[in-house]
Amino acid sequence: MNTSWQNNRAARDARIAAGAGLARGKVVEAHDATRLLEAVVRPGDRVCLEGDNQKQADLLSRALLAVDLSRISDLHMVQSGVVLPEHLDLFDRGVAKRLDYAYSGPQSARIARMLFGGKIELGAVHTYLELFARYFIDLTPQVALIAAVSADREGNLYTGPNTEDTPTVVEATAFKDGIVIAQVNEIVETVPRVDIPADRVHFIVKSDTPFFVEPLFTRDPAAITEGQILTAMLAIKGIYAPYGVQRLNHGIGFSTAAIELLLPTFGERLGLKGRIATHFALNPHPALIPAIESGWVRQIHSFGSEVGMDDYIRARSDVYFTGPDGSLRSNRAFCQTAGLYACDMFIGSTLQIDLQGNSSTVTTSRIAGFGGAPNMGADARGRRHPSEPWLKAGAEADPDGAALMRRGRKLVVQIGETFGDKNVPLFVERLDALELAEKLNLELAPIMIYGDDVTHIVTEEGVANLLLCRTAQEREQAIRGVAGYTDIGRRRDHGMVAHLRARGVIRRPEDLGINPLDADRSLLAARSIKDLVRWSGGLYAPPSKFRNW
Amino acid sequence: MEDLRFQHRVRAPAGGTRQSAIVGVVASGNLEVLVERVLPDVECAVDIKTAAVGFGEVWTAVIGDFVERYSPGGLRFSINDGGARPDTVSLRLAQAVRLIAENGQ
Repeated sequence: MNTSWQNNRAARDARIAAGAGLARGKVVEAHDATRLLEAVVRPGDRVCLEGDNQKQADLLSRALLAVDLSRISDLHMVQSGVVLPEHLDLFDRGVAKRLDYAYSGPQSARIARMLFGGKIELGAVHTYLELFARYFIDLTPQVALIAAVSADREGNLYTGPNTEDTPTVVEATAFKDGIVIAQVNEIVETVPRVDIPADRVHFIVKSDTPFFVEPLFTRDPAAITEGQILTAMLAIKGIYAPYGVQRLNHGIGFSTAAIELLLPTFGERLGLKGRIATHFALNPHPALIPAIESGWVRQIHSFGSEVGMDDYIRARSDVYFTGPDGSLRSNRAFCQTAGLYACDMFIGSTLQIDLQGNSSTVTTSRIAGFGGAPNMGADARGRRHPSEPWLKAGAEADPDGAALMRRGRKLVVQIGETFGDKNVPLFVERLDALELAEKLNLELAPIMIYGDDVTHIVTEEGVANLLLCRTAQEREQAIRGVAGYTDIGRRRDHGMVAHLRARGVIRRPEDLGINPLDADRSLLAARSIKDLVRWSGGLYAPPSKFRNW
Repeated sequence: MEDLRFQHRVRAPAGGTRQSAIVGVVASGNLEVLVERVLPDVECAVDIKTAAVGFGEVWTAVIGDFVERYSPGGLRFSINDGGARPDTVSLRLAQAVRLIAENGQ
């Protein structure tokens, strides 16, 4: 019997040989990119087309879209971000058939239409860590199409500050007999630092234009409302302070931007500097600049970078992780892990919260995916190290448990205004995610954060501490009790809500010594993008869409 | 557009001596509140012109809570609403009471 145990290696070598005719060394001209893909990709392959949060392999996306369908079709795309229109054009054209992914923010409406229309065969919507994990078990890519800033002739890659998913994708592909093709902005003699070693990279395509990067984490302080400021004050005084939260992750909404901008003003007055918000798993939010400059923040590890922050980060290497070249080194997989295991709190906003505290960003016409929030916003059952906030939260949830045997709890905080854009209520009887799951015959409704992981809900009406609720009914009334003038809020049991308030389960602004009339924009450490530039000493260079001077 | 009017009996007159005040701006998602000291001490009136139709129940609740909390006797509020959220409405009303409670013109 002629048994071989190295079929995959042989297949990989054959693919490399097929592509080598188009390459000089590893370098392939941009106009040959489609021919390269036709040479090395096979029908039905699992392909990771690097779509990160920010850094996009856009040239390779277009090249893949243009392949001869008689040679390549029915691909199984396994990528974290479905972000560019081309990512979905692949399915419209029939180049790809099946999809496993994590996040689809900008394409959320179109991906919903295509799922309903049967254009996409959906595997599952994942969290980042979950999809990365499956890269190593049952969704290992045969081909990875990635993006980097520069390469040398050997194929060593410099990703720049947006390293993001690249090391994870390459690890899974290159060490399991897959092919790695990188698009780069330039080919240089020596790369500034080696983010991906050359022996994991098989082909390099030089792009005519730099890869597309989107500023996703910039919130203009000018757009922060008094309601968001009030909510931020409640969070700082009602949660950060009593638990002493030092290690945390912030979501990307305006409410958390308001918190970042209140640390050097409101937080300073409360004497909280050094006691809260010192260590972050966080993208380089420009809104955090005033807190960093005021000495609040000791360390930040980042999932990716942010447009305009490069020089600032380089000059603040005591705070950020940087390479020998001086620029940011981000890493989504490690930062997600940090957020899951080493942070005591996640605080972020959502679109809908139900009466059990389940939350979702899915609406019936938009499927934005999960990204990382479920990893940040979940109690890590494998956690074993103690910390003050984790133990305190655990004790609140189980006051009668034996201290030495009692698990701590991560603080998972949902923050938001009771009414969102166009007066759409944050609180609902039933999540749209359920309707979507029924329409698409999904086995699981796309829940962003499960209610049993949520510990607090903060709105302009107050803070609800769900850890202190002892029954499902108390929990429901605690949620109704901060749901303001939404239908959910107006249908509260006033007696029970008053009782919950007396027990400290619900805390109103006045219970925390906060006058809503003090929630003024003058409290913000920066009130405009220009203020942020000033705080940074001119190092922050905001993208043009955020400049109005 | 929808016009709404609320009239309440209240416990006590609003503080201060100022005769009128304006807070906020007419803009999408915001509102302007004109408050005038023109009614008897035990009365309060709120006139609303709103761009958002069908929120009568919410307005009833917001105004009811506001009157209960601040007892703005003698005041008439005229609201030009650009579809503000209820929490913004509450805040602007409270700001209007604070402003008119100042002494002077």
